[in-house]
Amino acid sequence: MTTLTPPLARGRLVPSTAVVTQRALLRFVRTPQLIAMATVQMSLFFLIYRYMFGGAIRIAGMHYVDFLVPGFIATGVLFSGIGSAVATAEDLEQGFTDRLRSLPIPRSAVLAARALADTAILTWASAFTTAIAFAVGFRLHGSALDGLAAFALVVVFGFAFEWVFVLLGLFARTAQAAQGMGMIVFPFAFISSAYVPVHTMPSWLRVFAEHQPLTYMVDAVRALTLGPHAHLLLGHAAGWFVTRALLWAAAIFAVAFPLAVARYRRG
Amino acid sequence: MTPTIEARGLIKRFGKTHALDGLELTAEPGQVLAVLGPNGAGKTTFVRAVATLLPLDGGALRVNGHDVGREPRLVRASIGLAGQFAAVEPAMSGRENLVMVARLFGQSRRQARASADDVLEQLGLVEDADRLVRTYSGGMRRRIDLGASLVGRPRLLLLDEPTTGLDPRSRMELWEAIRRLVAAGTDVLLTTQYLDEADHLAGQVVIVDHGRTVAAGTPAELKRRIGGSVIELRAREAQDLPQLALILHGLGMGEVQTDVGARRVSVAVSSAAADLGAAMQAVRASAVEIEEISARQPNLDEVFLALTGQPRGTTAASERQAA
Repeated sequence: MTTLTPPLARGRLVPSTAVVTQRALLRFVRTPQLIAMATVQMSLFFLIYRYMFGGAIRIAGMHYVDFLVPGFIATGVLFSGIGSAVATAEDLEQGFTDRLRSLPIPRSAVLAARALADTAILTWASAFTTAIAFAVGFRLHGSALDGLAAFALVVVFGFAFEWVFVLLGLFARTAQAAQGMGMIVFPFAFISSAYVPVHTMPSWLRVFAEHQPLTYMVDAVRALTLGPHAHLLLGHAAGWFVTRALLWAAAIFAVAFPLAVARYRRG
Repeated sequence: MTPTIEARGLIKRFGKTHALDGLELTAEPGQVLAVLGPNGAGKTTFVRAVATLLPLDGGALRVNGHDVGREPRLVRASIGLAGQFAAVEPAMSGRENLVMVARLFGQSRRQARASADDVLEQLGLVEDADRLVRTYSGGMRRRIDLGASLVGRPRLLLLDEPTTGLDPRSRMELWEAIRRLVAAGTDVLLTTQYLDEADHLAGQVVIVDHGRTVAAGTPAELKRRIGGSVIELRAREAQDLPQLALILHGLGMGEVQTDVGARRVSVAVSSAAADLGAAMQAVRASAVEIEEISARQPNLDEVFLALTGQPRGTTAASERQAA
């Protein structure tokens, strides 16, 4: 008896990923709550920081808004990541993942689709908030090209961090648990250079704040947008921070990606 | 001919629980196999194992001739899965959902659209095809979920409790859809807690409990072993129950069951038509007043009792004690 040609799942990674990504994006654009969460919430918090805390925080030699925006946008990676963890867990909880896993597609396509779709959503939310930032006084002090590079860096960092949140969602298994586990982002977001200069923190906090990945990321974006002010404030040129931020992104991806795939395969 | 499913001594443990504890079954092509059992019997675990979603701890499982552990991709290409939860995207239309799954089966855009059209027609969802699934009723969602498992034209369809939680009308509609599929040549494995569902749809029934096969056969064979129906009497006064039990004892095939709280006595009989009349005469002759007399299909509890001699849930535990 001749056997049927086995479906070549390997060669179907790209089309399968595209189809599953499309579903995640359609879900986003057609669910007003999700759009509000991603878009409105991020901009709203930005305005609160800009106008409420902004009056009380003084940074030598610059407007707080110019200090805040790079920190805020980079930190948005973490907060929008909670949404990815919840979506991943929700798919598990509601049986959607079972359906996908029972189909003749490469298993990595499902996770890759989640990471790509959520990176796209993050890109949208960041772009929206950046537009508002410009409207309320934020200005690039370097070149426009540096500004674009800063934005691209946020997207790259977002993609790497996606895998941490996908992993979190796979472990959480329910949307509620994922939401709870998402709280882990708070120490990373706040004990960093995102909202206030690190040197204002007590020394024991400073040790963590200065060495955690988000601070490198924030400072890289800041160095690219502050232009000549950057070196004075941060002590290094943009390249120094960008290199380190990219190394962190690579390291995070290198750890989280295989763990997420292994966890997903185990079922 | 290669069996659709061949399961030998399946073991799956979750911690200390044995979800599958030596389950055996064979499904022949060209028919519906129903796996019947109570909650927690291992039905869903078994379906997930067949669908390659769950690694087994022991035993051999072949689906359409392929080992689920060694050739999962060949298995996945030949099955369609529809679960207890409607696993479709609520923010997409019925048609979009079907096209998505068809595309994931490797069909071209055009093929996928044609398959989706076929399935929509088959399930009577053409009119609602372009509405978002989140506006569907529960029954429609379940039908579109079934549809998603069909667009890949699977040889074997896996339905895990397809009608649980549906209202009677949606249930009938889904049964109708499943029957049409079978007529069109798809093999079906379905799990259910309802004896009448297995009876209506399946050519072969495997009864499982505690992850083991308790009994297997055609619905007719099983019914012969348990009695085709149950005659039930409801007394006006609880004090009359012993006398009614005595009357049924003279007619029935097995032990008479007495439920004092509900003032009911019941017994399995071979022929509802003949025995109902005899029961009625005997009751009239005895001058005991009753509120109700009825003949019905045995429920799952009664099947278990008849086949194992014990109420369900105690079989495996006591066997394990004996071993």
